[in-house]
Amino acid sequence: MAAGVATWLPFARAAAVGWLPLAKKTMPKPPVDKKSRNDEILFVNVSGLRFQTWKNTLDRYPDTLLGSSEKEFFYNEDTQEYFFDRDPEMFRHILNFYRTGKLHYPRQECIQAFDEELAFYGIVPDIIGDCCMEEYRDRKKENQERLAEDTEAEMATDTPLPPHSTSRERLWRAFENPHTSTMALVFYYVTGFFIAVSVIANVVETVPCRPPKGSKKDLPCGEKYSLAFFCMDTACVLIFTFEYLMRLFAAPSRCKFMRSVMSVIDVVAIMPYYIGLVMPENEDVSGAFVTLRVFRVFRIFKFSRHSQGLRILGYTLKSCASELGFLLFSLTMAIIIFATVMFYAEKGTKGTNFTSIPASFWYTIVTMTTLGYGDMVPNTIAGKIFGSICSLSGVLVIALPVPVIVSNFSRIYHQNQRADKMRAQQKVRLARIRLAKKGTTNAFLQFKEEVGFQDRDSDSALCLKNRSSFEHQHHHLLHCLEKTTNHEFTDELTFSEMCMTESVGYRTSRSTSISSHQGVSTSCCPRRAKRKAIRLANSTVSVSRGSVQELDTLQVHKTSAGPQSRSSLNARTEDLKLNCEDRDFTAAIISIPTPPANTPDESLPPSPAIPGILRNSRSTSFTHETVKISSL
Amino acid sequence: MAGCTSRCRQGVLKLIQSLQRLVSGTLSKDKIDDELEMTMVCHRPEGLEQLEAQTNFTKQELQVLYRGFKNECPSGVVNEETFKHIYAQFFPHGDASTYAHYLFNAFDTRNNGSIKFEDFVMGLSTLLRGTVREKLEWTFYLYDINRDGLINKEEMTEIVRAIYDMMGKYTYPALKGDVPKQHVDAFFNKMDKNKDGVVTLDEFVLACQEDENMMRSMQLFENVM
Repeated sequence: MAAGVATWLPFARAAAVGWLPLAKKTMPKPPVDKKSRNDEILFVNVSGLRFQTWKNTLDRYPDTLLGSSEKEFFYNEDTQEYFFDRDPEMFRHILNFYRTGKLHYPRQECIQAFDEELAFYGIVPDIIGDCCMEEYRDRKKENQERLAEDTEAEMATDTPLPPHSTSRERLWRAFENPHTSTMALVFYYVTGFFIAVSVIANVVETVPCRPPKGSKKDLPCGEKYSLAFFCMDTACVLIFTFEYLMRLFAAPSRCKFMRSVMSVIDVVAIMPYYIGLVMPENEDVSGAFVTLRVFRVFRIFKFSRHSQGLRILGYTLKSCASELGFLLFSLTMAIIIFATVMFYAEKGTKGTNFTSIPASFWYTIVTMTTLGYGDMVPNTIAGKIFGSICSLSGVLVIALPVPVIVSNFSRIYHQNQRADKMRAQQKVRLARIRLAKKGTTNAFLQFKEEVGFQDRDSDSALCLKNRSSFEHQHHHLLHCLEKTTNHEFTDELTFSEMCMTESVGYRTSRSTSISSHQGVSTSCCPRRAKRKAIRLANSTVSVSRGSVQELDTLQVHKTSAGPQSRSSLNARTEDLKLNCEDRDFTAAIISIPTPPANTPDESLPPSPAIPGILRNSRSTSFTHETVKISSL
Repeated sequence: MAGCTSRCRQGVLKLIQSLQRLVSGTLSKDKIDDELEMTMVCHRPEGLEQLEAQTNFTKQELQVLYRGFKNECPSGVVNEETFKHIYAQFFPHGDASTYAHYLFNAFDTRNNGSIKFEDFVMGLSTLLRGTVREKLEWTFYLYDINRDGLINKEEMTEIVRAIYDMMGKYTYPALKGDVPKQHVDAFFNKMDKNKDGVVTLDEFVLACQEDENMMRSMQLFENVM
């Protein structure tokens, strides 16, 4: 029920008095309206812009924010007004909705911003008035398409390889996105080169070359150097076959791949060769199969994998299918009409070219497309009149669908350009985000150093430098997290370096003693300096490898290191290219705790004297386990 | 037969008109502009003080009423279509158009096919703030469709049917038989003292004042506004 009609409710209720004499029973008691009936003006302050409206106006739509008691949450006692920290320009439209009952969509606003405002105020977009509904819907659809496109493009190209991809998946990715690896790129260019070579060979084959000695007739090069051409053809076909089989093998869904357009083109490009091989040198049959060689020209379509422009053209034609169909249909109609007319007009003339209606088709087509070869011309006056009408109408009929096709092409082309621009922007944006993340983590790590100076294990007395309270609280939060998980943050550099050696090298147990002194996490960097490491259980390794990619930061924290560690630490410091040379660092490796059940495999050298660092069962000096944690 | 010829004539006239327009090239837009101009005429009510004097509402109440009225009908008048539409929205179950028609006539005291704000407010004032006699007189006026000062059975039947139409089809208990007729008979038995088949105003008022249930119900409508 339209809420505007709510103002007529008292009238409707009053009119019920008219039923009273007829009533068979007594009327029920009316509801008592407790709140004061006096209408009052409400002040609504939206980011400084003050709006005033009657309370009744807002009460018209009780299921929205402003109409319900939800607005009391925004009431400011001091200024006696409702304060919303939202866009004042948009609020104007929202308030107009209450006043007029119609929601209008302002065309100059971003559709997403508008949607968000509506969501905030609890208004369903369906009630947008008819005047603005079309515009709203169009913009919304456009926006959604764009978003879908972007996420698709993102997912297609920039996702890093999932950690456990099979060789088949990697091969497929290499085929689809050649720029992901150098091998793929090389293969991409090689195939492109061979496509070009094959096409050029097909073309040059037919050029007449100088005849060999003793013969008068000009021979096409294909027959003169038939062996050379045959070898080139074989090489190309071999490469294409190999590529096709590779793609077939790598395709996630072979049936779907076989049905795709590119696959069909590939098959059509290489089949003639094999058929030619198989066919005997029979006069009758080979004639037919010479024509098969025509299909070799389809190899040129393989370029569409390499050229985006060709693909765009293909999409355009596909999307304009209806316009093209209309063009064809109207042309056919016109051709038939005019051909018939011309035929009967020229029927009387002797020796005329217009021998039949199908013969006149050629004349009509040539005239309508304004080609005018002149091989068929009308001689009678009637024929000439109709011929001129024919050419005039041809121009019109062809000119009509062309702008539609052109605009489609332009739209798709621009979309593609925009997609490329988006990708470039994404990269820049991600880089910026990473930098910002690093900034905060570095700040935290620095903060930790300062705290570590004073008192490692107690949570009190945080060092006060020039830091905002926000930073303080944030750091405190991270600190709490560390305490909760009993693990600490370290920095990326050290961690990645360590993980490189971790998987292959052996470690010594020296650091265990270090850690026992520190009472915190283990460090394996000193061991790296010694280039010894213990081979870990495979599972740990693989897991750690996997998580390295997710980690962005590690923590580097200062320790009040014991004397034993000093030397190794110093050695380590040289390796670490960190800014703070005056501090001793121990990079703490964080690795996933190996559960006691995770027994070492046979490959691990039996060295009971060397406790596995990353195996809790053996290392008694551990006070707590270390775990890889993701970055902030 | 006569209707057929008139319709044919109308059709031929329309055809000639459209042909004319086609040849002379006039756009139909011009006509619409004329119509627009007519509806732009709006009506302003009398001053607030006068209305306050004429009705039993306070200034604030009149203000609230006018704001609602003006919002729905910016031109200042309500025509029957709008009135029916508005009233129908309160009774979605059935068909309120007939009753709304009678109500409209009751409010439209000057019988010119539209309700101005003054009419609206006067009616409301009577219904909500008037004396019992005034209310009963208004109700009698509502029932008296042909405004002859008497209510006969046919008028009553129409009113009652209109009211039952508002109920719609799905009622409990289901409407079986000619319930409106029975209702009218009961009403007439109560109201028509001298059994002459019509109910006069005095009979009506007298009968209603004797009906205690009704008097009680009337008081319930005191604080609607």
